[in-house]
Amino acid sequence: MSAIAVLTTFLFTVIKYNMALLYGTVGEIVTEKSGSLNLGVEGTMAIGGIGGLLVGCAFDNIFVGILASFICASLCGLLFAFLTVTLHANQNVTGLTITTFGLGLYFFIGNGFKASGKWPDMLSTEGFKRGTESLKIPLLNKIPVIGQALFSHSILIYLGIIISVLVWWYFKYTKPGLRIRAIGENPASADAVGVNITLYKYIHLMLGSGIMGIGGLLMAVNLSGSFEGSKCWINGYGWISIALVIFANWNTVAAIVGTLVFGLFNTLQVYGGSLSNAFPKLLGWLSKIPPQFMQALPFIITAIVLVVSSITNKKNNKPAAVGLNYYREDR
Amino acid sequence: MKDQSIYAIELENITKTFGRIVANKNINLNVKQGEILALLGENGSGKTTLMNMLSGIYKPDSGTIKVDGVPVSIHSPEDSKKFGIGMVHQHFKLVEVFSAADNIWMGTEHTGFILKKDRYNKISEISNKFGFEFNPKKLVSNMSVSEKQTLEILRVLYYGAKVIILDEPTAVLTVQEIQKLFDVLRKMKEEGHSIIIITHKLNEVMEISDRVTILRKGEYIDTVNTSETSEQELTDLMVGRKVNLNIQRPVTEFDRPLLEIRNLTIKNDEGSNAIEDVNFYIRGGEILGVAGIAGCGQKELCEAIAGLRKVEKGQINHKGENIVGLAPKTIIEKGISMSFIPEDRLGMGLAPSLSITDNMILKTYRDNKKTPFVDRKTAKAKAEEIIKKLGVVTPSAETPVRRLSGGNVQKVLVGREIDAGPNVIITAYPVRGLDINSSYAIYDILNEQKKNGVGILFVGEDLDVMLALCDKIMVLCHGKLMGVVHAHKTTKEELGLMMTGAKNISEVNGKIAGIAKDSRIQNAEEEDNA
Repeated sequence: MSAIAVLTTFLFTVIKYNMALLYGTVGEIVTEKSGSLNLGVEGTMAIGGIGGLLVGCAFDNIFVGILASFICASLCGLLFAFLTVTLHANQNVTGLTITTFGLGLYFFIGNGFKASGKWPDMLSTEGFKRGTESLKIPLLNKIPVIGQALFSHSILIYLGIIISVLVWWYFKYTKPGLRIRAIGENPASADAVGVNITLYKYIHLMLGSGIMGIGGLLMAVNLSGSFEGSKCWINGYGWISIALVIFANWNTVAAIVGTLVFGLFNTLQVYGGSLSNAFPKLLGWLSKIPPQFMQALPFIITAIVLVVSSITNKKNNKPAAVGLNYYREDR
Repeated sequence: MKDQSIYAIELENITKTFGRIVANKNINLNVKQGEILALLGENGSGKTTLMNMLSGIYKPDSGTIKVDGVPVSIHSPEDSKKFGIGMVHQHFKLVEVFSAADNIWMGTEHTGFILKKDRYNKISEISNKFGFEFNPKKLVSNMSVSEKQTLEILRVLYYGAKVIILDEPTAVLTVQEIQKLFDVLRKMKEEGHSIIIITHKLNEVMEISDRVTILRKGEYIDTVNTSETSEQELTDLMVGRKVNLNIQRPVTEFDRPLLEIRNLTIKNDEGSNAIEDVNFYIRGGEILGVAGIAGCGQKELCEAIAGLRKVEKGQINHKGENIVGLAPKTIIEKGISMSFIPEDRLGMGLAPSLSITDNMILKTYRDNKKTPFVDRKTAKAKAEEIIKKLGVVTPSAETPVRRLSGGNVQKVLVGREIDAGPNVIITAYPVRGLDINSSYAIYDILNEQKKNGVGILFVGEDLDVMLALCDKIMVLCHGKLMGVVHAHKTTKEELGLMMTGAKNISEVNGKIAGIAKDSRIQNAEEEDNA
């Protein structure tokens, strides 16, 4: 492989294998903007992933799969909303419960299908597999390096970018967006002017979880839909998403940048060696770094991101009422 | 026809209970079209609860609410808005990070899905119509208290409210701002709006209202025409017995300065100067009032003296010894006590979920050095002593503080601070939101301490009270000292001018205000110079 080809593949991989983080991050931003902290991202993504894959393969259609992943995950959001908004349960505990529950359900369903021999082989499906193949954007994909790295991805990658931009626009330029931000900042103020807080919270908690779920499907597709009995597809990405929310300062467009920065370091783990061979002068030092360090790198980066953002973001955009349940009659 | 009823709002036999506590019992109240009704009552008399049933925050257990003569049921703030009722809450319900326009816009109906730029113009139009000067793009976090209140009023007007409820609107305003507010209220009244105003201040009731409805302990007492009553009669109705309305100012012998502040500069949380180059002193047996618009560095000053905030520059001398940089514990041991009542009343000093006894222990747990265990017995005795001495209304000494009414919480806090036997008391807003009875109890406590030779720094809101209670008053404006005046020689208007910075007498004929002739720190200064 030529040096340029290595670089192109590297950049392509950065996007393909990390874009699931963007879904998790954007979903969590929607959740937090509505004043809730949902720590159940990992479990929600797992449910969305397995639901989307099974239904998508059964109908042999990627769009049905995406819809199914959204719906399955938004049911997790519904559960979270019912527990925290209606029953006023503690948000942290509820979120952790959703992660435990989601992963449990994931293994239960997956192992059940596997044992009965009904687990679908994604690679042999006709329509679903075709839907996951790369969609080259005309003209733009002819640009050297960038064309291959940015403009020849599957629909799931483009959708992630579109959703982030749409969500950003929704919060900034629409009235429901204004209202949900008001709820996240000061629910009493939104309540006093007659905004239906319960309805708004339910809708946005389900929306946020649904977006996370599509990320789960992307991770499943990236692993060709193969189910291992002991390891979940999501593999900690849900937790990293929660950290990325802080890194992105609650801005879904900044989340795209955050995802790429994080993805860059994450991918070095796999491509460090070939990059150092391709560019011996510039990146030769990469091969000297022990692989264990590279494996730990995503988590080290996460820790650094949290430290840096808590130092620099003194005036951050964190919604003021995140994590607090609202009771109207509270005194 | 809607206008057939002369009453905009009628409440009949309203009852509301919280668990076993009856907050409102068979209350009757009515407001005519185009009148200002004052709702008067002590703390815990159920005024805010009653109004919250009009604004849809609470639902009444029984009774009827009529709007324009038609019985209605109000289940939520949304309903209340539909019936043309708007409430300006005591604690503003605004989103700090939004602009003024967005705070209004978020509650509008049928204004489209997308936020358009013309919303700023629409809000400007309305605000001009009502005669407000207003920048719709200004962020709430950059607004003064008075501006925030204007925004709240404008907001309910924008939603088309015919009945406007104001919950203690004057508590946080200066004299000039109150007059401005009253002008707005009178204008609204002329245009046919009905206004219900909750306040503790009798002079304001007399000035602004047409009629007064009085509640006592959750029960309806009477409604009287303002023109046919007097402050004394209102007080008697409110309290249920004769009350002496004069605040005492006992004459004491002044001591040498106890606490002397020199060239003090303190930064606030945002890093700008909260207090800038301020001088003042307190003698034993004297009450020094601190007047200023809310947020003029009062909080930072109190915190700095108590050792809770870093001092940038200057000295805080206690009996001639600089206490800057000492630990809060050491400062307490020197006999300086601070009690700060923040706007939410529970934020500083007391742990809301702990009982009165446990809150006593917070300050005295070190006293018993014999055992490692907490001495609950002594603490409980102390708690009971304070309950008895200050007349705290509570089921027992083991009741969590948060369940007490505001006045009783403040009595517990002040009582605990005085119990430690301090020689300097820093107290900020000790009567914030308190009714007449509780306020006078607090003034009596302070006066008693003053007679014992304690020096008191009294950060206050109500200028009338400060003029009557304090010996001297220092005025702050944006963290700068505007001057120190004798309470019996000054007027409310002069203080108002100084508070807004229009008058500065901090340096007259080369004499700098706030430096004592018989200072204890002269020697120290000479040492510095040498």
